[in-house]
Amino acid sequence: MLSYALTFALTCFALGFAMNVLAFARAPGLPDRILAVDTMVVNGIALIVLYGVKTGSGLYLEAAILLALTGFVSTIAFCKFLLRGSIIE
Amino acid sequence: MSLALEILVSAALVVGGIFGLIGSFGLLKLRGAMQRLHAPTKATTVGVGCTLIASALTGLAATQAASWHEVLVTAFLFLTAPLTALYLAKTHMLTTPPGELPPTGTPRDWSNRDAPG
Repeated sequence: MLSYALTFALTCFALGFAMNVLAFARAPGLPDRILAVDTMVVNGIALIVLYGVKTGSGLYLEAAILLALTGFVSTIAFCKFLLRGSIIE
Repeated sequence: MSLALEILVSAALVVGGIFGLIGSFGLLKLRGAMQRLHAPTKATTVGVGCTLIASALTGLAATQAASWHEVLVTAFLFLTAPLTALYLAKTHMLTTPPGELPPTGTPRDWSNRDAPG
């Protein structure tokens, strides 16, 4: 039962990742494009965590933490750059 | 792993997968830029949260010890999703031409366009 649920969740998040790529390609403006990349990062975190559950290893969670940290900082930095023209004032 | 725990983990995985899919589908399907902000910041965050709950439960069953990694990732995602949405909304308001934003419903304009005082 667990393996079926795991396959279902992996399929869902992989489909979501593909949808994000499509949303990134079709985005009308720069904020939409940043949002698509940010959602891609969140979906990537979910995929890494699910792969960690599948292999039974706890090491993948470290990668998930790193991706969560860098994804947030990069999104805020890009928005800050668009808003103010510089990142650190 | 006991049957009850397996059912719980499977339910968390299925719910998380459905929420993640809804979030990404909403990003593709919704029309306005401000509407598109809703789907990933709420639905996808809940989906990842359910996935992390499933991961924490399997880790608990395998090693008989609680892991802090899932708690850290969950706390970080739930703290940063509203901030990301706020900054993206501000960027959208700044990059949209003045006449195309929806009305505020008050005599004042949107906050980053209104004169102080």
